[in-house]
Amino acid sequence: MKDIFRVRRMWRPRGELKRRYDVVIVGAGSHGLSTAYYLAKNHGITDVAVLDKSYIGSGAAGRNTTIIRANYRTPQGAEFYSASVKLYEGLAADLDFNLLFSQQGHLTLAHSDRGIITANERAEVNRLLGIDSRVIYPDEIAKLCPEMNLSEEVTWPVMAALYHPPGGIIRHDAVVWGYARGADRGGVEIHPYTEVTGIERSNGRVRGVQTTRGDIECDTVISCTAGWSTLVADLADVPLPITTHILQAFVTEPVKPFLDVIIVSSQMHIYVSQTDRGEFLIGAEIEPYTTYKGIGTFPFLEYSAKHTLELFPQLERAKILRSWTGLCDLSPDYSPILGVTEVDGFLVSCGWGTYGFKAAPIVGTTLAELVATKQTPPLIAPFALERFYKDELVSELAAAAVSH
Amino acid sequence: MSFLLPCPNCGPRDVNEFSYAGEVTKRPNFRENVAGIQREWWYHRLGCEVWFQAERDTRTNEVIRVEIPSASPREGIAAHGVTETPDMPAV
Repeated sequence: MKDIFRVRRMWRPRGELKRRYDVVIVGAGSHGLSTAYYLAKNHGITDVAVLDKSYIGSGAAGRNTTIIRANYRTPQGAEFYSASVKLYEGLAADLDFNLLFSQQGHLTLAHSDRGIITANERAEVNRLLGIDSRVIYPDEIAKLCPEMNLSEEVTWPVMAALYHPPGGIIRHDAVVWGYARGADRGGVEIHPYTEVTGIERSNGRVRGVQTTRGDIECDTVISCTAGWSTLVADLADVPLPITTHILQAFVTEPVKPFLDVIIVSSQMHIYVSQTDRGEFLIGAEIEPYTTYKGIGTFPFLEYSAKHTLELFPQLERAKILRSWTGLCDLSPDYSPILGVTEVDGFLVSCGWGTYGFKAAPIVGTTLAELVATKQTPPLIAPFALERFYKDELVSELAAAAVSH
Repeated sequence: MSFLLPCPNCGPRDVNEFSYAGEVTKRPNFRENVAGIQREWWYHRLGCEVWFQAERDTRTNEVIRVEIPSASPREGIAAHGVTETPDMPAV
């Protein structure tokens, strides 16, 4: 009985850094911690340090809108994210931690003929890969989401939707904590408040990292630093095709539950879901200019509230409870950049733009496999940094340009 | 309002009046993406429609200076005897 009042730590504070690790992971977010977890679990590589300049999950892992889905447009992308959704489905059992994963279904609204064509294209690609995805029309949308305004008396009437039943929302902090606990139990060291200030190389390969808490020798450095990826890659003199933008979201005060699907409109640049607490969680598009200043903007609140009210006029009197901002690392083709770079031993997971959180488990498993076997798994081969030198881009613009 | 951007013609305006057209760079995909002062293209979409360059600190969004480049790309190409109209940067 006493045991339930004991304060339990999710992971152990580790004191001083060791002089040497096999693998150093920069960034203790969902990607960094999941890579560490799978390195220990799947490959027995436990001499790993995960460093972060702030607390764990302080970046994009703690600021996303928690949407998990696989209805992408390119076969490479859809296959990759589908593998991620499957891992997410078993993740709570795997980590022995309740992640509150709710696969409530995901609707991408089409408001134009062009929108319907894109939705059909995505549904066809998805179905070929065995992903549950189909185009539905207002009569069926009304059954799935009776509270949504489907009238013609709006700026952009709803004409159809891409329905993706496995899409869902999850408790994002729990994913970070679960992976941190799993990695720690596997023997990995987690060092928050340890900023990497340099990456040492000789003969074109990584030898170690310099940090604000001392130097470390290592063979492999993995950068999982999202919006800060360019700055970390600069330390290794690796140019990246990344620009950093801010993405914002807000929640309303809690209201009675009346929305149990995720609604996305690329025309109106919003995505809406209702959390388990009853808050309406609304996100929008990135700001078009590059910036590292993570401060929210008023126009964002104004236009996303306006568009949300077209779909859900009953939220007219709901107050905005809080809003927040995160840094996104946009790649030119809206697909991630994953795996090896020209510096031997320096691996990256970046270019995640606005869709990194939903890929955390598959990034962890594939990067761990890459470190352990020195072979790029076929699933992530299309996302190599090399594609920008060979001009083999994977354009995911149609399915990822609106952030969700 | 996110920040004010001084248009060389119209003076300080809300940044949402402008289109951002990326940092001034010679490399197509690979960007410097600096956390610091960046030289970049802007277009005054909802105003005088001028293309200009600004120097902005990406850590604070403070605009240090703006200027209209002396020769437009069009004039530069005409001076070299090429007559085709170049594509405008995407807005």
